Amino acid sequence: MRLSEHKYRTTSRIAGQLLYVENVLAARIGEVVKVIGPHGITFEGEILEIVKGNILIQLFGETRGLNTENMEIVFTDTIRQVPLSRDILGRRFNGSFKPLDGLPMFYASKWRPARGYPINPVVRLRPEEFIETGISAIDGLNTLVKGQKLPIFSCAGLPAKELVAHILKNARLRESTKKFAVIFVALGLTFHEYSFYLEALQNIESEFVAIINMADDPVMERLMAPRFALTVAEYLAFDHDMDILVLVTDMTNYCDVLREISNAKKELPGRRGYPGYMYSDLASLYERAGRIRNSQGSITMIPVITMPEDDITHPIPDLTGYITEGQIVLSRELHQQGIFPPIDVLPSLSRLMQKGIGAGRTREDHRDLANQLYKNYAKGRELKKLEAIVGRDGMAEADQLFLDFATVFENEFIHQGKQTRSIYKTLDKGLEILERFNLIADNLKKKTEI
Amino acid sequence: MKTKAIGKIISISGATVRTDLKGLTLFERVSVGEHNLTGEVVRLEKDGTVLQVYEDPSGLGLDEPVRGHGVSLATTLGPGLLSVMFDGLQRPLDVLGDKTGAFIHPLHLESSLDLKKQWSFNPLVKKGDTVSGGIKIGYIAEGFFQHPIIIPPDKNSRVENIARGTVILEDPICRLEDGSKIFGYHSWPMRVPRPYRKKIISQEPVITGQRIIDFLFPLARGGTCIIPGGFGTGKTILEQTIAKHADVDIVIYAGCGERGNEMSELIEEFRELIDPRAKCPLMERTVLVVNTSNMPVAAREASIYTAVTLGEYYRDQGFHVLLLADSISRWAEALREISSSLEEMPGEEGYPTYLASRLSSFVERAGVVETLSGDIGSLSMILSVSPPGGDFTEPVTQALLRTAGSFLMLDTTLANSRHFPAINWMQSYSLYQNILADYFKKNISNDWDVLLSLCREIMHKEESLKEIMEIVGIEGLQEQDRLLMTVAEKIRSDFLAQNAYTADAYCDPQKTMNSIRSITDQFLKGQDHRAGKSENETL
Repeated sequence: MRLSEHKYRTTSRIAGQLLYVENVLAARIGEVVKVIGPHGITFEGEILEIVKGNILIQLFGETRGLNTENMEIVFTDTIRQVPLSRDILGRRFNGSFKPLDGLPMFYASKWRPARGYPINPVVRLRPEEFIETGISAIDGLNTLVKGQKLPIFSCAGLPAKELVAHILKNARLRESTKKFAVIFVALGLTFHEYSFYLEALQNIESEFVAIINMADDPVMERLMAPRFALTVAEYLAFDHDMDILVLVTDMTNYCDVLREISNAKKELPGRRGYPGYMYSDLASLYERAGRIRNSQGSITMIPVITMPEDDITHPIPDLTGYITEGQIVLSRELHQQGIFPPIDVLPSLSRLMQKGIGAGRTREDHRDLANQLYKNYAKGRELKKLEAIVGRDGMAEADQLFLDFATVFENEFIHQGKQTRSIYKTLDKGLEILERFNLIADNLKKKTEI
Repeated sequence: MKTKAIGKIISISGATVRTDLKGLTLFERVSVGEHNLTGEVVRLEKDGTVLQVYEDPSGLGLDEPVRGHGVSLATTLGPGLLSVMFDGLQRPLDVLGDKTGAFIHPLHLESSLDLKKQWSFNPLVKKGDTVSGGIKIGYIAEGFFQHPIIIPPDKNSRVENIARGTVILEDPICRLEDGSKIFGYHSWPMRVPRPYRKKIISQEPVITGQRIIDFLFPLARGGTCIIPGGFGTGKTILEQTIAKHADVDIVIYAGCGERGNEMSELIEEFRELIDPRAKCPLMERTVLVVNTSNMPVAAREASIYTAVTLGEYYRDQGFHVLLLADSISRWAEALREISSSLEEMPGEEGYPTYLASRLSSFVERAGVVETLSGDIGSLSMILSVSPPGGDFTEPVTQALLRTAGSFLMLDTTLANSRHFPAINWMQSYSLYQNILADYFKKNISNDWDVLLSLCREIMHKEESLKEIMEIVGIEGLQEQDRLLMTVAEKIRSDFLAQNAYTADAYCDPQKTMNSIRSITDQFLKGQDHRAGKSENETL
């Protein structure tokens, strides 16, 4: 603890969102500083690097109009903390965690560091409780479970936000009476998207917290907003036993800011200019999802990613896919066919599905049913490529059956429009389609007869 | 005393800290800051020392103290390691959980092992016996496992007294006449390979229970295998399935920069599953070293050295050890982050130029050895690689290809059609195949190699026929080619694919043999039948 407040006027350099201060006597990594600019503009910054008395500070705010002479930097001797209270439910904040809804700041009952601490792996509980989203392609084939992080890989122009709104409206835990809340994090959203989401949020039954950083808000806030949100999520989930769904959109904007800052710091760029530590940085967000022992709560995370150039091997979706437990991939082709939600189930995956389905969780025949739908659809899709070369008439009758199956599967199982399907409806639908094509394999037949 | 010297922090950048403290040695362990964060010396300079901090550095301040320990970062070895989950710095995570709760805070622990725990010791030598380095003086019963206590290499004397029955690690188990004390545990610097008498060329396989591996791409004891694959290709599931079924005595599983949920799943499963060989829960033959992706990056770099040192320790006791690391790419990325914060000149894709040499010296720690006690022990490695964008031309995969003996390439196309394990049978290879063919011929079946080349041939032909079929359709193929396509399809779906979630997850070599034989018999019969028919036609 420092005994007095340290204030410096020794700013030597400002570059983008970075500020250099000289001759500093005491400082710590991650320490919050207050920057008082000309005309009394105040905002916050955080210490990134200390080289002898020279300090590198990252600023959260608009740097336009600043100059090195008329600046005062106050060192606070604390690291960034998030005020926490149950009163946070129903509130809206900006990327600097200031209320946006015109109401005064709530009274904090606890403070926690925004960066959080890693969950001890031995204390983690295996995620295995099924979450019903009402969407057949997810519930039936890529099941979401409590404590999972399952991103949506979208492309520009695809209805990712409609899909998310659909999930928000319908997501519920089966046979659960516990408190459920949504934390919505908007990163670099346009006003159009923002109003769409806000309307969706106001129409859901559960309570929500929104942390909003708009497209024209300071970019630095994009790096902090998800950390505030996850700190709030950890508090509500693990201190108050609530089930929290964290929705972050759009992570592509987050990664672009990460690149911007890395570049300003003159760091060595990695693939496509993104910094080499992007994997660890993304992991420090995604890995905060989960369940822990001695707590009834959980954090489930759905980040939305717009894949630049529709490329799934782009560093952002690539690194995300390596950290998250699966992915929901949207397809431009299906969208053009008028299918909603346009989920391509072949590259989509839920790694935690095996534990969340079957007798006692969804239904006994779920696993076999999903496998067979999957297998037959994959075969149909494979044959569609062949169809493009030889034409439908050039194909064997048996192969034509699979072609038809794939079409029906897309139009009736994946496509559901505005409709919501319970898990039972989803499974029955799948069973009915398989039956129609006489594709029910023996092991499944036995189960359904019982 | 060296440990009394205290320096000050003069600069901090990420997890790299400079101090004005001098007189430290390279790779010496240091305590950094008021909270005694663990660190290591990485560079000595004229006016100070550069340190790498292995814990979360946030809150670390200018002028905070730095202390040297006089020893390098070491792994503690002794009874009590099995079934424990450690972090990259070998701190037991359950003890950490008891102390800091559900979230990991920087914390200094005195020892990785519980030195006060009571063990039952059964001596093999008695007062007056002459003992020297490598001699086993007794066993500590560790559940189902008999943990040998071995005299360190530099000792040669007679036993003055030796404990019997209940012992704790804190007290010496044995005193020698030259005054030295033998404890039940010791420390070993993690970056230094442990000594052995000599290395031996392996003649035996590690049976993984995976048909495609055991039959097509076998792994030798003491061998190394790399599994590169994009996300969703099933690296982790494959590694975990092998960890469950491989016929080894001890499994060291290093979760290096991967998911936390996977780890909790692994522990729960390993506690439930029973090892068919030792008849004990799998967990009791396993040591986990876990540094998930959100835990400090620098400790991730250290974690694989902790794991390999643990592996060598059991190898030196004459056991067959399997080290699985998931994933080496995350380790390499940690190395890259450290290198870039040290402002070193980057090599390919930002990785330091010493990436390949570090990797190969790590991989060389595998092998079959004659131990100092004269036993035969082995350390085999299976390392997964996560190439960015699924592109195998990246530096980590390429560096490992030069040193590893077996390469199992995971294929996104196979994974997308839910063919698991998604090992590409055309491009994977195993350099141990010829050495191990003799073993399989002798112990499993005489025609192992005949069937193997037949299977290869069928899969090769299928690949070229596929292209033709895409144009002309299956009807356009000749009858014999159609037969080959059906058999190849059967090999793929009934033999190469293996569901890790059913009873089929493990298949012993005899069953593997029978299974491939029944499929290829069908092929040969079909061919004979056809040949017979065409003979008739010519008549």
